[in-house]
Amino acid sequence: MSAAPPLGLSILLPILLLAVAWAAVAADVLAAGRAAGRPVPWAVAAVTPAREALRLLVGQRRRTVGGDELLRGVGGAVLPIAALLAAAVLPLGMRPVADLGAGVVWFNAMEVFAWAAVWLVGWGSNSTLSLIGGYRFVAQGLAWELPHMFALITAAVGAQSLRVTDVVAAQGGLWFVLIMPVAFVAFLLSVAAMAFWGPFSAPVGRDVAGGAAAELAGVDRLVFVAGRWLLLVAAAAMAVPLFLGGGHGPWLPAWAWVLVKTLAVLVALVALRHRIPTIRMERWTEFSLVVLTPATIAQALVVTLVVLGEGGF
Amino acid sequence: MTTALFVVLAVTAVVAGALVFRVDSMARATFLLLLSFLAVAGLVLMTGLQYLGVVIVLMMVIEMVVMAIFMIMYMMNPAGLMPMSMFHNTRGAAVIAVTTFVALAGGALLVDWPVRGGRPAADLTMALGESLMGGQMLTMMTLGVTLFATIVGTVVLAAGRGRYDRLGDELDAPASDDRDRGGVGR
Repeated sequence: MSAAPPLGLSILLPILLLAVAWAAVAADVLAAGRAAGRPVPWAVAAVTPAREALRLLVGQRRRTVGGDELLRGVGGAVLPIAALLAAAVLPLGMRPVADLGAGVVWFNAMEVFAWAAVWLVGWGSNSTLSLIGGYRFVAQGLAWELPHMFALITAAVGAQSLRVTDVVAAQGGLWFVLIMPVAFVAFLLSVAAMAFWGPFSAPVGRDVAGGAAAELAGVDRLVFVAGRWLLLVAAAAMAVPLFLGGGHGPWLPAWAWVLVKTLAVLVALVALRHRIPTIRMERWTEFSLVVLTPATIAQALVVTLVVLGEGGF
Repeated sequence: MTTALFVVLAVTAVVAGALVFRVDSMARATFLLLLSFLAVAGLVLMTGLQYLGVVIVLMMVIEMVVMAIFMIMYMMNPAGLMPMSMFHNTRGAAVIAVTTFVALAGGALLVDWPVRGGRPAADLTMALGESLMGGQMLTMMTLGVTLFATIVGTVVLAAGRGRYDRLGDELDAPASDDRDRGGVGR
């Protein structure tokens, strides 16, 4: 909590996040249309996010009998706020809004608020299917959180610092994705999982009629869905400073490289999403705990040994 | 500014903590407790211990969500459906609470606070790490292994079906007869 965050960047960050989220939703609409065999024109896809947002904005809100409106409201609001706070340590170019000494841990701490948010929305709706959705997210969360933390730690060990700008600086020569590919893959999986998106969308799955979001309508749904996309964008953007060299790159300025790399990660995630079915809870949990967690621990060990061998710490 | 922030965080921590015992819903009680812990994390951050403060936030969010599930499973009033009381042994608790408060507050007011010697390290996170993993390494390792053994022991005791149930007494069944197959295909 040293210097005050630069005002310009603080205002720019939410606008940038929303713009990138807009692009991601539009790309998702395009990919979904192609996967369904009914291609959507570019122009239609580009305005779809705004049209959906307006539709939800003017739509009627839904109250459930005996629901806990307070907890549901808090849960819905926490999702976009957590995404924004997590993004505060993202270097836009070479400088983040808040260059915290424990930036990697800060990102982790903000993004786990999604646990509370989804569970609260599922609980507060006082509806069985919503509740199932909320519990599903916690079950999934317990499975992805460990590999996710080990992936974060591996990047921090590689840079010998928890400061995100130090992690970027350590990748001036070689990107971390080449040194720690397992951690990178685990991180990408947890990006989709923490936004309960793509193969990890069981908490809001169709088999439970929308799960945690089943009873959300109108502006409540808009905040929840927007928060989910913002979380996906913030987490995907975090892969850039942690593993893809941040703003490092030839010819272009740092901010342009960050943007290009973030969009590339998102395009890869969106393209994969429509090729992979939703994974069932028990399958993902076992895979995560039996395969992914040991693999990320081994990855952290290898990186630590390399760092020690090079005279680190 | 600093004083105002301190007062807001301190009052939030105490009031949210007290409200835990007033509300009529396990979910609300759990998340009020979380709010109280978050305010405490804010106070820790105010002392400049950035890493510890952020870790408190991280641990408490996960912990309280998991705790909410167990509270709702085991407590007498999952969702305000039945009248309930969070109080037990009220007279004894009051005596203990007042004694503790008087002792702590009296200590804080009466003790001669020492003058600070030395200055904080440049990188507090590094200093904390060196203190935990240097001089206290043995303690931390013992603690780690003990916690891990506890987790494994608890899982073994709680598991409904172990590997001998799944794969037979000789562990030689070609495939387990699990109702829900996991993702690794064992």
